[in-house]
Amino acid sequence: MNAVRKRARWLAPAAVLLALAAVISARAEIPLAERRSGYADLAPDTKAMQDDDTSNPGMLAVLDGEALWKTKAGNAGRACADCHADARVSMKGVAARYPAFEPTLSRPVNLEQRINICRTERQQAQPFASESKDLLALTAFVGMQSRGQPIAPPADERLRPFLDAGREAFSRRLGQFNLSCGQCHDDNWGKRLIGNIIPQAHPNGYPLYRLEWQSIGSLQRRLRNCMIGLRAEPYEYGAPEYVSLELYLMWRARGLPAETPAVRP
Amino acid sequence: MARALINVPAKAKRGEVITIKTLISHVMESGFRHNQIGVRIPRDIITSFTCTYNGEEIFQADLHPAITANPFIAFTTIATESGTIAFTWRGDNGFSAAESVNITVE
Ligand code: HEC
Ligand code: HEC
Repeated sequence: MNAVRKRARWLAPAAVLLALAAVISARAEIPLAERRSGYADLAPDTKAMQDDDTSNPGMLAVLDGEALWKTKAGNAGRACADCHADARVSMKGVAARYPAFEPTLSRPVNLEQRINICRTERQQAQPFASESKDLLALTAFVGMQSRGQPIAPPADERLRPFLDAGREAFSRRLGQFNLSCGQCHDDNWGKRLIGNIIPQAHPNGYPLYRLEWQSIGSLQRRLRNCMIGLRAEPYEYGAPEYVSLELYLMWRARGLPAETPAVRP
Repeated sequence: MARALINVPAKAKRGEVITIKTLISHVMESGFRHNQIGVRIPRDIITSFTCTYNGEEIFQADLHPAITANPFIAFTTIATESGTIAFTWRGDNGFSAAESVNITVE
């Protein structure tokens, strides 16, 4: 239902953008000094909602995550806290440098996947399903320990091919609308697509509470929304293509403060 | 389990107008939506919210299907005396949640 509404909403503006795209030939990345979080585009009420931890609905998920952090699980009968102790210390800055290279898989994993590795290998429990309440809650809880820290993608040579793949995917035209991510988010940020301001597409607030979803959701869910809006076939949750895009988005947002759990319209 | 976040000042001057803010996790399923195979999703909402100040009811609200998930309710009252401000939410399927906070009035 959501997807149908989105398509309808995007049809007209996409046609306008197509015309715009014909005028703009070469795209350029946004200069570092002009980068700004999606927070900058929020209405005052939504900013107030994010700023106050007792009115930010994302904090409800953080509370759930904190409880899970202390809950023993799996055949190992261990809680996250049994190994990682106080998350405020052990998880500080961790989310700001994910996706990171996972040697056992020879590819990068995002924070959700990293948590699930501990879930299966260390706790010997069933992995959390993508986008499940528990996985989002734990990711939001771990993510919040980096709040205010600058996004700091690791300078790891092994990540380079994946980063390049993500950059390439960001500029590739896709879907029936035949638009690339960059045509909106690099070339036309700050302009309006019907009522919505086109943000620069920074990943610094995820998982975040989106008012349209009426729930907390992951960065991949957001990317899925943009892909469906373009009438492109979204990837499966957890697909390596998403992780490469996430890696590029983190690199593109380097230095911006982490805001997890942010609030977006 | 429902999680709730309450924002009440810990201290206030007697006669001061204070703002009370509450946020609770709840799906607030309207009962008007259908799933992918056309089956109606049953209504599951919070139907009432009550706030008491040292046992006396100071605010009450009825909630309806058009209210978003995780309802946020904010209102004001006058700080009269030290004590407990308590909150109760009730809803469909026997839903019930309670929270309370203390306030010092000088
Ligand atoms: C039995 C001990 C153990 C348990 C239980 C455990 N972990 Fe871990 N975790 C580790 C170890 C050891 C590492 C680092 C080594 C590695 O790469 O595996 C790690 C790494 C991590 C990392 C990456 C840290 C970084 O600096 O990149 C995250 C995030 C994490 N764990 C989260 C969790 C969460 C959330 C849970 C509970 C669901 C959990 N862990 C449960 C032992 C554990
Ligand atoms: C037709 C223009 C358009 C295209 C193309 C597009 N998006 Fe978006 N994107 C938007 C709009 C508009 C929003 C904000 C939506 C809202 O506020 O409801 C958004 C939001 C986002 C956000 C959330 C930013 C935040 O602050 O939370 C990310 C991340 C994102 N897009 C990434 C992408 C990626 C990656 C692609 C390519 C796969 C893409 N977008 C393609 C228009 C577009």
